[in-house]
Order: sequence, then C-alpha cells, then structure tokens
Amino acid sequence: MINNNFRTCPDTGLKFHEPAEKLIKANAVAAVVFLLTGGLFGLLVGLTRWQAVHLLAADDFYMALTAHGINVLIFWIIFFEIAVLYFCSSVLLGCRLATPKWAWTGFLLMVAGAIMNNVMVLQGGSSVMMTSYVPLEAHPLFYLGLILFAVGALIGCFVFFGTLVIAKAEKTYEGSLPLVTFGAVTAAIIAVFTIVSGAIILLPTFLWSVGLVGEIDALAYRLIWWAFGHSSQQINVAAHVSVWYAIAAIVFGARPLSEKVSRTAFLMYILFLQIASAHHLLVDPGVSSNFKMFNTSYAMYLAVMASMVHGLTVPGSIEAAQRARGHRAGLFTWLRKAPWGNPTFSGMFISLVGFGFLGGITGVVMGAEQINILVHNTLYVPGHFHATVVLGTTLAFMALTYWLVPILFRREIIWKGLARWQPYLFGLGMAGVSLFLMGAGTLGVPRRHWDIGFAATGGVTHEFPAAAYTMLALNGMSVIVAVIGGAAFCLIIVGSLLFGKKLGEEPMAQPCIAKPVTEEEYAADGGSAFAIPGTLALTAVFFVSFALYYFINWKYLAETWGIG
Amino acid sequence: MSSLSPPIKKLWWNEPIHKSELMWITLVFVWGLIMTFMMPYWHVVGKQNLGTETYKTTPKAFQASTEAFVEQYTVRNEGPRNFPVVAPPVGGDVYMLARLWDWWPILELKKGETYRFHLSSLDWQHGFSLQPANINIQVVPNYEHVFTLTPNAAGEYSVICNEYCGLGHHLMIGKILVVE
Repeated sequence: MINNNFRTCPDTGLKFHEPAEKLIKANAVAAVVFLLTGGLFGLLVGLTRWQAVHLLAADDFYMALTAHGINVLIFWIIFFEIAVLYFCSSVLLGCRLATPKWAWTGFLLMVAGAIMNNVMVLQGGSSVMMTSYVPLEAHPLFYLGLILFAVGALIGCFVFFGTLVIAKAEKTYEGSLPLVTFGAVTAAIIAVFTIVSGAIILLPTFLWSVGLVGEIDALAYRLIWWAFGHSSQQINVAAHVSVWYAIAAIVFGARPLSEKVSRTAFLMYILFLQIASAHHLLVDPGVSSNFKMFNTSYAMYLAVMASMVHGLTVPGSIEAAQRARGHRAGLFTWLRKAPWGNPTFSGMFISLVGFGFLGGITGVVMGAEQINILVHNTLYVPGHFHATVVLGTTLAFMALTYWLVPILFRREIIWKGLARWQPYLFGLGMAGVSLFLMGAGTLGVPRRHWDIGFAATGGVTHEFPAAAYTMLALNGMSVIVAVIGGAAFCLIIVGSLLFGKKLGEEPMAQPCIAKPVTEEEYAADGGSAFAIPGTLALTAVFFVSFALYYFINWKYLAETWGIG
Repeated sequence: MSSLSPPIKKLWWNEPIHKSELMWITLVFVWGLIMTFMMPYWHVVGKQNLGTETYKTTPKAFQASTEAFVEQYTVRNEGPRNFPVVAPPVGGDVYMLARLWDWWPILELKKGETYRFHLSSLDWQHGFSLQPANINIQVVPNYEHVFTLTPNAAGEYSVICNEYCGLGHHLMIGKILVVE
C-alpha cells in the first residue's frame, strides 16, 4: 500500500510527502547530533594543539582527533546530505518518495554503523585517524561500522534516484529538473562512485583486520582510499553549491544567470574531479610525474573551473535578482541591501566567500605537483579543508537548516538574536582556524602531531619558530569561538524543535520565501540586471589574490634545497 | 521561476550565455592552462622536482641495505640516543629508514652537493618532513623511494614524522647535518 499522504506547506506552497518529511527530519536530527559530538572533540583537539594549554594526553589526543574527523567529516555531513537529497527530489518535485521502507533501512544502517564506529574509536584501540592508512590497524568493527554506514548512504542515493524516476513517470513536474535538484543529482552520482571506491578498499581492509586477507598494499590502499576520500569532498561541494543556489532562490527569488552555464559547471564535477584524487599522492613513491600532472591539470583544473564558474554565477544570480528588484545603484547596493541579519543568507554568503578565498585558492595551489612538496602533511592541509568543508559545506548546511526547521517542523526558531549572530561567530572562528593552521603549516608544523615541543623525545628536539606557537595559540582561541558558534547552532536547532512556538497550519507573519523574480522584472531597464558589475569586481579581487598567491608559492619552492 | 523550479525554457541548452559569464569562463580557462603549463615548465627549469624512481622492497632487505651503508660510512656516534652519524661520499647513495619511532641513522651531508636518497619504512606509513627546509615526502612500507637532495645551506636539520604512525608518532624525530 503506497502512502500518498501529502501536506502543502502554508508558507512555501511546497508539497511534503509524509514519509519523505519524516525521513528528512530523522536524517537532519541525526546529522546535528553527530555535528555536536564531532565538534566537541574538535574543541579538545584545538586546546591540545595550543602548546601552553596542551589539554589532553597523547593517547587521548589521537583518539579525539580520530573521533573528530570521522564524526564531522563523514557522519554529520552525509546524514545532512541524505536529507538534502530527499528534499531536492521529493519536496522540490512534489513527488512521493520511492520505497520509504528502504530509506528507513538505509537510515538505520547509517545510525548503527556510526554508533559502532564511535564505540570502537572511544574504546581507544582504533586511533587510526579518518584515513586509517594500512598497515596501521584498527579493530575490525571500526571498518565494519564505516561499511554499514556507507551501505546505508548508498541505499539513500538509490531512493533519491528512484524518486526522480517516479516524478518523471507520474509527471509531477514539467520540463527539466530544477537547477537545485540537478545539482543534487550530480552529488548523488558522485556519491555512488565514492561509496563504491570506499567498498573496494574498506571491504578487503576489514577482511585483513580479521585475518582473512594476508596483506593490503599500502600504496594501493592510498590510491583507492583517496578515490573515496577525495570524491566524498566532491559530494560536499556539489551539495553545498546546490544549497547556495537554493538559498539564492529562497531569499531573493533568484534564478541562475543562465541555466546552461550553471548546469554544465555541475556536470564538470562528475566528469573531472574523481580522478583528481591523485593530488593526495603528489609526494608518494611509485607514482609517475606524468600521472600526477595529468590528474592535477586535466582533471582537477577543469573541476576547479567549475567551482570558479559557480563562484561567479551564485553571487551573480543574487545581484541580478536584487538589481531587477530595484537595487540598481552603484556597484554594491544590491549586496548592502541583502538581509545580513537573516542567518540563512549570512551563513550562505560567508560560506561562499570562505570556500572560495580560503579553501579554493589554497587547495589549487597545494595541488600543483611540485608546490605540494612544501606543505604535504603539514597543518596547512587541515587548514585548507577546514575552509572548504567547515566554512564551505557545514556553514551552508547550517544556513539552510534555519530555513528548513520552521517549514518542516512547523515551529519557530528560538533565540532569534543569537541565531542572527551565529553564522558570524562560527564563520569568524572557523576562518581563524583555517588561517592559523595554514600559517603553522607554512612554518612546517606537522599535522596530527601531539607535541611540536618534543618534550618526550629524550633530548632530540626541533625548535619551531616562535610564530608557530603563536599560530597554534591563535588557532586554539579561534576554535573556542567556532565551537561557541557551533554549539549555539545545535542548541538553537534542538531548542526550536522542542520549545519553539508552534506555527500550526497558518502562514507565518513574515514570508519565509521570496517570490521568484519575474521575467518582466528581469527585462526592465533593458535587461541591465544581468550586467552584474559588483560580482565582476568581487571575482576580479578573487582572481588577483589567487594569481599572486600561486606565484608566491613557486618562489618559496625555488628557495629550498634542490630536489630531483 | 527560480532555481527551485524547472527552467522556463525546456531547451535550456539553447539559451545564450551572458557576456559577464563568458568573460569569466574565458579568463578561468586561460588561467587553468597557465597552471597546467607551470608543472611541466618547472620540470624543465626548476630545481625542485621530486624523483619518482621506486623499487619494491621488503623491510628486511631495506634494513640490510641501510645497515651496510651505516657500517661503511659511519664517522662517529652522537646525540642523546647515541645514533651513528654517517658521512657518505659526495654524490653517493644515502639510506635513511623510518620505523616506530625513529629516523635512522643521522646523516652528515656537504652543502651544495647532490646525494641519491633511498627512503623506506620498516613498518607503518611515515612522513619525511625535513625542517626548516620544508621538504615533505610520504614514506610507504615495501616501497623504496629513490630521489636526490641538494642541501643549499649548512646547519642542523630535523626530520619530523608528519604521517600519523600510532601513539608514539610525536616521538619520531631524526637529524640531517649539513656542513660547508
């Protein structure tokens, strides 16, 4: 018996299929729980790295670091992404969700896997970091937990695809998929590739950990693990860029400047970034220079190009919508008049800028074959990905959540004053984390390292410059700010679910979705809205920073020892 | 119609591209070409291109090679761990092994001379991080990585492990001395 209960949202007019709505809620709530867990471990890590505080003992530090990485990078993000997939298919297309029972099975597998993995890590015998490079060995249930989680997520992806098929067959929408759904499709396709790569490497590793497989080649592990590890970041990018477009539509009624450009850019993610996982192997033995250059240039730069295109078209579509609605004066009136007190918008915009300027530029620079020698495995690497995954993905997801809670749960957001500041707190803290970790990495400080003072090495020491210690202290302070911001988010969301004022079926006093900008509005003033001079100015600043920073790093490289 | 609804025109791929988008796409594409060009260009003119010569090995075989190297060229023992300091002939092969949780032995090299390094791990993965020269190389068991290094300044350098290798990761530090 197919459940055909739909509810029409009085605020947005969106149609919610009952099972889809429940699943979106369950996945989003699980996501927030793991964000809170992982975030608290992050606090412990940051306070230990701050050498003057040095909170945890070595064993606890490595355990906390493992738990931090897996909980936030895998569990929080993927639970939320499954919620986004169901939203983009069932809700945006007004279609029933395919096979809700399978979707629940997937959800339960993910929960069971995540708990199993956490229990193993917290018992202390599986402090192997998120990458779990063989032959360093964790408890078998550590790998099994990850495998269960991945199988659950894979089921979620197929429920998403099934829903698209139903929507097409039952004609719940006309023409092509909405851009946001299209972006989610690319994320889901990349997710399938990612999870299959993960299975190819984690299944044998699990069998090895229980003694059924003799040996796992360490280099082969790295190659395949990164086809999983890097692509999973590509899911995040495709997903959070979709969320950016969604928020531009929600807050401003924006449509993309041109569908063709934005959609092609999404397609380029599928075509090019998976094989770019080789940029994690740039200083590995046994990998040829040709392979490295091909994978970083052909593959990665075309995917980078896609992100840079979104970097123009997302703010560009906001500018065009704002100009069409009358904010035409000067370069930046459209941006000044944006609702900076609305966490959905401010979170999205900080995510956009942080992802591009801090995460994007540094990722491309250290992805050049030779420049990687300078920073591989230093704190520069976590500095980079805290800008992409936390400032970029996590903040974008937080921003969307502020909008989703009232329409999904029919409850008002509580503590609106705090919510207004939350994206700034979290964004500022995380930008600090990113910058100071990268600063320390530039000075050579290793990643995943408990004590750069080398107090326990029996007298063999290395003196890092005082600036490195300052960077780590500033990082610790930024972590505190970011964790306050992150905890505020979790409290506001959980608090709203429990205690937020019930909205019932009456529309809210303030409309929570902008009316789409009409073609007439766009066409006014000779269609000048599409000129987007403000966005072009911002991208020009971005481009100049990028090029300068890129060549500065070649100069740094030229100053070190000869390497052949 | 917004990004949350189907596109207005069913055949969206026939839409014209806006001038601003076209300008940016062109710029970004050319920039990609420049960055693509930089890597092979550096192979021709740059002095920092990590060699990729690699051999399959075993911990036992690599340990034997390193021990033979140490036996032949040790000049003294020093440091808190009384490790051998090995001064190989200029331009010759040098061996350094990574293991839980040491870099062994200590090397003494001459500034401006080029040495052929052999690097491998006896157990888990490690990270060779030469500081403050900022040279970072992944060390993988069962693979012997051969590359050259040419020190450009005298002094005491540290080899810090920057690939997590278990609970003693932070104990793993070694030395390379560069003399005039």
